[in-house]
Amino acid sequence: MDILIAAILTIITAATPLLFAALGELVTEKSGVLNLGVEGMMIMGAIIGFVTVHHTGSASVAIIASMIAGAFIASIFGILVLKFHARQVPTGLALTIFGLGLSALIGQSMIGVAYTGIPKLAIPGLASIPVIGNILFNQDGLVYLSILMVIVVYWFMNKSRAGLILRAVGDSHDAAHAMGYSVVKIRFMAILFGGAMAGVGGAYLSLAYSPLWVEGMTAGRGWIALALVVFASWKVGRVLLGAYLFGGITILQLHAQALGIGIPSQVMSMLPYLATILVLVFISRDKTKIKLNSPASLGKPFHESR
Amino acid sequence: MIKKIISSVAIATCLTAAGIASAETKVGFVYVGPIGDHGWSYQHNQSRLALEKALDVKTSYVESVPEGADAQRVIRQLAADGNEVIFTTSFGYMNPTLKVAKRFPKVKFEHATGYKRSKNLSTYSARFYEGRAVLGAIAGKMTKTNTIGYIASFPIPEVIRGINAMTLAARKVNPDVKVKVVWVNTWFDPGKEGDAAKALIDQGADVITQHTDSPAPLQVAEKRGVYGFGQASNMKSFAPKAQLTAIVNNWDKYYIDRVKAAQDGSWASIDTWAGIKDGMVTLAPYGDAVPQDVRDYADSVKASIVDGSFHPFQGPIKNQKGEVVTKEGETIGDGELAKMGWYVEGVDGKIPK
Amino acid sequence: MLPRLIKRQTPSASMVYLSPVLALLLTLAASIVLFLMMGVSPASALHAFFVEPISSGYGLSELMVKATPLIIIGVALSLGFRAGVWNIGAEGQLILGGIFGGATALFFYEKTGFYIIPLILIMGIVGGMLWAGIVAFLKTRFNANEILTSLMLSYVAALLLNLLIHGPLKDPDGFNFPESRLFSDSALLPILYDGTRLHLGAVIALIAVGLGWILLSRTLLGYQIKVIGDAPAAGEHAGFSPSKIIWITLLISGGAAGLAGAIEVSGPIGQVLPNISPGYGFAAIIVAYVGRLHPFGVLLSGLLLALSYLGGETAQIKLNLPVAVTGVFQGLLLFFLLASDVLIHYRLQLSKEVV
Repeated sequence: MDILIAAILTIITAATPLLFAALGELVTEKSGVLNLGVEGMMIMGAIIGFVTVHHTGSASVAIIASMIAGAFIASIFGILVLKFHARQVPTGLALTIFGLGLSALIGQSMIGVAYTGIPKLAIPGLASIPVIGNILFNQDGLVYLSILMVIVVYWFMNKSRAGLILRAVGDSHDAAHAMGYSVVKIRFMAILFGGAMAGVGGAYLSLAYSPLWVEGMTAGRGWIALALVVFASWKVGRVLLGAYLFGGITILQLHAQALGIGIPSQVMSMLPYLATILVLVFISRDKTKIKLNSPASLGKPFHESR
Repeated sequence: MIKKIISSVAIATCLTAAGIASAETKVGFVYVGPIGDHGWSYQHNQSRLALEKALDVKTSYVESVPEGADAQRVIRQLAADGNEVIFTTSFGYMNPTLKVAKRFPKVKFEHATGYKRSKNLSTYSARFYEGRAVLGAIAGKMTKTNTIGYIASFPIPEVIRGINAMTLAARKVNPDVKVKVVWVNTWFDPGKEGDAAKALIDQGADVITQHTDSPAPLQVAEKRGVYGFGQASNMKSFAPKAQLTAIVNNWDKYYIDRVKAAQDGSWASIDTWAGIKDGMVTLAPYGDAVPQDVRDYADSVKASIVDGSFHPFQGPIKNQKGEVVTKEGETIGDGELAKMGWYVEGVDGKIPK
Repeated sequence: MLPRLIKRQTPSASMVYLSPVLALLLTLAASIVLFLMMGVSPASALHAFFVEPISSGYGLSELMVKATPLIIIGVALSLGFRAGVWNIGAEGQLILGGIFGGATALFFYEKTGFYIIPLILIMGIVGGMLWAGIVAFLKTRFNANEILTSLMLSYVAALLLNLLIHGPLKDPDGFNFPESRLFSDSALLPILYDGTRLHLGAVIALIAVGLGWILLSRTLLGYQIKVIGDAPAAGEHAGFSPSKIIWITLLISGGAAGLAGAIEVSGPIGQVLPNISPGYGFAAIIVAYVGRLHPFGVLLSGLLLALSYLGGETAQIKLNLPVAVTGVFQGLLLFFLLASDVLIHYRLQLSKEVV
């Protein structure tokens, strides 16, 4: 039982960066833009967050800085795609490559620097509830923020007028334009939001998860986040599920090894990726369902006709 | 008159030649990771700096060189640039180094942790397992849950030797100790290494150790309030309370000796496998958590390795099935150690095949 | 008044060729700024990056060795990208090709014969096609997004190679090191120039460029690819089968990546290792775009990107510049190219003229 609780705690931390990045990308994609640069935005958030906490000592300032960094680099993508009409797929890839390279460059001076990590924020009273107290109420601040963002994004997308407009833009940008909404502005905001969320997801890695700086420390999580959005059929609640599922498999395979299970470690390490493919296939095979949930204008460039 | 000209030309030539000969020796280093990894490559670089201080040399290095087709080009470039001695510090550089050594017979190559040599290619490695034995002694005495967590990279002989040496030493003082191993399939990935540490700690390990390069496992140990050991370099700054000690690689003397030999012409192709006695494997100062009696015991283990009265792989040794593979009074020889591919009793799990 | 972009009546042909040049110039300018910010002399940095690596015959040979896999994969990827099929998993397909080709070489370890090398290369193609075929199947049958499936499979492929190299492919006399036997001479690609590593793969790369061009400009398939990419509705209307295009482009790019993998193991590496590619499958994506998805362009961009890799190493050795500069350069190049491409379909309007 103890092992299970401990494992769940670890899974929550493993899922958190994925959750942030996937939520951000969900909003971006719902507005009709496919941003493949999540990995690049995450890692920029990671390095800027780390540099900031190193120089200012304040985790809160570092988190804000990482959001700004993610949004800033996302804005490059936004300008290229929305103003310069560049194709979204290669531009997103360029963002990833650029982000990885730039972060490595900035991070040269941060290699080998120690940081103790964000402190845990135990919610007084609730944290001492046996079993679930530790799991639910004794996490670091960013974990709480990630859950909060799930609620915020859900409310925004499904209950707010602004979210409705954003979805309209994603489903049919020509119709939205005809109704007088600025497609470009709305998409740009969505892209910035996606960048900010990816940035804080990356910062979670360097500030809390393994408080170090290492080149490429996102290790493909940005791509997993992209998969999670499709996996979740663009539904907010499912993103939460997917992030914890993926994080779970990643951690559980290590536990299986520690328990002495005889399957080769390489095969165990494959499980998260194979699971992602399987679920992707399962979800995608229902063409109608996908069509219902995916923004119809996803990836299609918007040409304002005058 | 002509004789005078000839002799002065001769003298001038000799002086010039002497001048060239006393010019700085160029030495090149190829690292597989970033020097900031605070582990394997970091320590090699520290020794490079020590070399620069000790001798009249000009060193250069290339970091994060991937093992594979690119390595050969980098090594060759160092050779073509006039480096007289080149250190390639990862076993995956073995064949590329060999190929370049063939083309540059006048350059002296030193390959770490490999097994192929040629007239101008030496190999060197450290008996890290001796350090692991000391770690095992400490861990065996300090664990309360009798579970040691081992974060391992790849199932190569060196890593397996380390696991075995630690297990044997720990069980010598504490026969109930179990060692749980998680293979992360990377030398350097803080996220994964940390995850593995968490999984091991979740499963009851209260002392962890690693054969990977980042301080992430120790950071986890620090956060969780368990103990751990630093790897390849002193990682105390990352885990002031958790680190009991660390194995610190020290290549200083070896690098200085080899370059000196190249300079004075006595260099020859050798195979070096040195340990604590020769100062290649050192241990960081004990952490505050290590009580005096454990320190004394660890020191005695160290001393007995140095004076030869104790070998980390001396019998009796049982394998995982419980069979005695090495009898009392015998020792596993270097040849067997070099290709070790099996676990001793006390290690949980199977080696990935 | 910010310059506005006005759509052109017809795409500008001259900009198609000028925009990469413009992008390169902008990238160089940005690099100069970057070097200045890093406190390095831009002149020596640019020299180390772009001039030094190719200032010797050996350097040129190494350039081609490095560019070979990039070109082969780049040509094939550009076909798929034109058709809107996003194969992001060429790296995994390359690895499978390396596994299949390498296993073949090891199987014939004690034999000699001229058939061995072609067999290795064919098996490499088969391996890559197999891996890409999974992606094609999942997309056509289950509508699974190929970006994600191909990418996930890349991770799986890397782990598979790791598994095999610690097991059946391991050299039995190799002290349990995870490396395969060194290939025998009849399994190694012949060297074209003695003293260099320039091997037959370079010729194969040039052939690939030629074949790609023929396919694109002279065959019905090439035509279909172009139409489906530019005007998918028109393509479907004309009866071009998207499913067929998906399969064919994925098999071609997978096979090419597999071929590149086999070439790498039987060429410059000469054995199977846990790591046979420093990311060629991903770099080839950049190569394809910078080459404007055209085989001749890919040839040039492959050489350019190979140069940037070599330059990164030289800059590290000579100036202690971190390797990361290469990644920044490549990212910038792609950004500027994508931005400059806008000038093909739009023109800048700087004055306040009435439209």
